[in-house]
Amino acid sequence: MATTAKAVTRRAGSTRKTRLETAEQREIDNPRLAVPVDPGRDHVQGPPTATLTLVEYGDYQCPFCGAAYPEVKKAQKELGSNLRFVFRNFPLTRMHEFALNAAETAEAASAQGKFWEMHDFLYEHQSTLGDPSVALEFAKKLGLDTKKFQSELSQHKYQSRVKEDFDGGVRSGVNGTPTFYVNGVRHEGEATAKDLVKALQAK
Amino acid sequence: MKTSMVQTSRKRSRSGASKARTSKTRQKSVNPPKTESSVLTPGKKAPNFSLNSTPDQKVALSDFLGQPVILAFYPADWSPVCTDQLSLYAEIMPEFKKHNAELLAISVDNIWSHLAFSKDRKLNFPVLADFEPKGTVSRKYGAFKEAIGESARALFVIDDKGVIRWSHLSPDGVNPGADGILRALENLNQPVQTN
Repeated sequence: MATTAKAVTRRAGSTRKTRLETAEQREIDNPRLAVPVDPGRDHVQGPPTATLTLVEYGDYQCPFCGAAYPEVKKAQKELGSNLRFVFRNFPLTRMHEFALNAAETAEAASAQGKFWEMHDFLYEHQSTLGDPSVALEFAKKLGLDTKKFQSELSQHKYQSRVKEDFDGGVRSGVNGTPTFYVNGVRHEGEATAKDLVKALQAK
Repeated sequence: MKTSMVQTSRKRSRSGASKARTSKTRQKSVNPPKTESSVLTPGKKAPNFSLNSTPDQKVALSDFLGQPVILAFYPADWSPVCTDQLSLYAEIMPEFKKHNAELLAISVDNIWSHLAFSKDRKLNFPVLADFEPKGTVSRKYGAFKEAIGESARALFVIDDKGVIRWSHLSPDGVNPGADGILRALENLNQPVQTN
């Protein structure tokens, strides 16, 4: 690795500093999405022709993700059909005891064509995640086959999919939740509509 | 919120590291850190150490000869970025274990802080106190920030023979994630690279 090292100049506030940086170091410090967006598998909002892509690795029980949720909505509204938004699961199960079940709940709704409805509901009802009857009631309201929905949840049918999302996130350098990828590059700014839109539009 | 804390710590730790370093007397390291990028590099023997993991238990690097070890130096218990980093590692532990690797986290906080922190975050690996004399082990690895008296956010992957095979120093305030560690563990069966 050291043979590919070269001196690069980094901006640090108003001062400039030089340090040795390897190709690998750059990759870790500026990670890229390791798993490309796959409309056949991913949960995607926005047209396939959109020129901008925002990918979120999120955890339904994470308060920071809850705070970012309306910000993403704002960014979507602002950018309209220019933006494609992708949500992938990254439940931190040791910290958030209901996160995995919530992720599986959204996936079970997705199996019946209602992913985004459930995704939004879970973020809007983060404080109720410990009570599965709340999401079940919403599934009923959505007109889902609740028998199928419940049986898939109890069999953890979508747990492997959630784990796949998680593993892909780890390989992409997800370092907490939420982690956003703006046009394939990890977003280091704030998880606010303003910062996300700015990063998405930067060329 | 996460990122605003990141920026704060970035600003805080930018100030005159090299100036403060010259006045320290406790420095015993073989390779005194001169710049931020002076963490020990691949091919070097990992310096042994023995640090407390609980008030009456010590953990030595040499305890793990025969298996890979990940060392994660981090600035402080309780700060939001570290919390993300170590919580993430706790979550990814099963992947590390697939490589039979042991993870040791090290900061200069004292053992009581570590115990409370570890319990709160449900950490599933030893968290070691590089507390007295402060930062001795961090210095040996070139992973100590003299100006602020904290360990740098540095990662090392050490092979089963105690040789450093990968090291990484994160820019201030940036949580490095785990992809570099996993790649390094996967590369352990390749020949040692010396620099």
